[in-house]
Amino acid sequence: MTDSDMIKIDMTDNAIIELSHLQKSFGDHEVLKDINLSVKKGEVISVIGSSGSGKSTMLRSINLLEIPTGGKIYFSGKDIEDPGVKLTSYRAMVEMVFQQFNLFNNMTALDNCVKPQTIVLKRSREEAEKIAREYIDKVGMSAYINAKPSQLSGGQKQRIAIARALSMNPEVILFDEPTSALDPEMVGEVLEVMKDLAKSGYTMIVVTHEMGFAREVSDRVIFMDGGYIVEEGTPEQIFGNPTQQRTKEFLSRVL
Amino acid sequence: MSFFDWILKLVSEYWLQFLSGTKNTLIMALTGTIAGFIIGLLIAVVRTIPVSDNANKFKKISMKCVNFILSAYVEIIRGTPMLVQALIIHYSLFVPMKMPSMLSAIIIISFNTGAYMAEIVRGGIMSIDKGQFEGAQSVGMSHWQTMYHVILPQAIKNIMPSIGNEFVVNIKDSSVLSVIAITELMFISKQAGGAYAKFVPAYVICAVIYFILTFTVTRILRYLEKKLQGSDSYTVCGSQSDPNAEIHVNKEAKRYD
Repeated sequence: MTDSDMIKIDMTDNAIIELSHLQKSFGDHEVLKDINLSVKKGEVISVIGSSGSGKSTMLRSINLLEIPTGGKIYFSGKDIEDPGVKLTSYRAMVEMVFQQFNLFNNMTALDNCVKPQTIVLKRSREEAEKIAREYIDKVGMSAYINAKPSQLSGGQKQRIAIARALSMNPEVILFDEPTSALDPEMVGEVLEVMKDLAKSGYTMIVVTHEMGFAREVSDRVIFMDGGYIVEEGTPEQIFGNPTQQRTKEFLSRVL
Repeated sequence: MSFFDWILKLVSEYWLQFLSGTKNTLIMALTGTIAGFIIGLLIAVVRTIPVSDNANKFKKISMKCVNFILSAYVEIIRGTPMLVQALIIHYSLFVPMKMPSMLSAIIIISFNTGAYMAEIVRGGIMSIDKGQFEGAQSVGMSHWQTMYHVILPQAIKNIMPSIGNEFVVNIKDSSVLSVIAITELMFISKQAGGAYAKFVPAYVICAVIYFILTFTVTRILRYLEKKLQGSDSYTVCGSQSDPNAEIHVNKEAKRYD
């Protein structure tokens, strides 16, 4: 497949998230220079690249934790800067899983998954609890629903964080290096959960250093460098037959 | 009569007044601290509203104005003596309005405490990890929801010692309000001493009562702080009221070794 073919496929219908000429600068420092990406419903995308390449900034811009300094973000075809799109409801549909978990320290594991639903989605406590328990069970954390985050291990925290994101029934889940802060023996349990989600048809964008995960699970791999998307394609293409010099260099360093 | 005889005489003659003076002192200090805390909370939450560069001009300018007014209030109140504030506000505003002096005293104390509390709460909010804000924002909570449900419960726990400290300070500092004729402890002591021109015994009684009040309150607060800190809590390093603070933090840190 040539580059132009790929763009044509990307731009076709039912893109859930579309980034168009996205830019982000911190003062004089340009982190994202020109990002164009289209994510289809149900697609699992891995974003790889060395640190400082803008991967996390791109992800955080999609959730608007960083406000882009240029370009557009479309959600289901709608410009999210439109006055009709409410920032908080948009964020509720695009959930984020952080490297540092960011669970609410003042709440139990269960409440971490229940409170966002009752507060943001205005679900009843009863309904929210039912949904939360279902997803906490899905990530295998039912035994710990009454634990506070400080009583959980890193892997357990991350699984609760994933359950929190799922409880909001999001359209897209963004993972920002979800296993980078974990002890090696805990990486597996989190990746297992994420593989499960990928199979269940969730739309996921995963910034990761886990090349095994990127290769095995994702539909598409994106390689970023210097604030640009340098190369994108199926895992077979990127890992098996990268066309760009920078991709080759990066892969030779990490593989 | 010896010094102690005078003390006994004043106590036996004026104990009822001393008691009611103590009551008024406590009422002023307690309501002033609570109201001041609420004022401080509101100011701190408003001052921490994030304004992005992309926000529209009107929002930016109005936030700037509000922030300017709030920080002016905090700076002016903290930069002038409460005695002077009390005299100015009481005689220019509350006397013409014929407001009961107890009410005006409480309002003065509340506004004074509010300025200090605003800084304390702001410090508490800033002590909370940035990730807590991002976690709340990423699920779609607004600034106020984030504050109310996630940040303030943690921040208030951290600043409990400082809030208690403000209460103790208010018990003592409310004495300056005797100048606007509040029948609090200081005012009563002045009266009792004045009746016999024996001021020192009267003020010694006054000091003893103040000390009993502050000492008891400090112990109660320390007990409450200990209760509040469950097994899962953490304390800002170097908290003056909690000598175990470092041990707490170490316990937490070990988890990630």
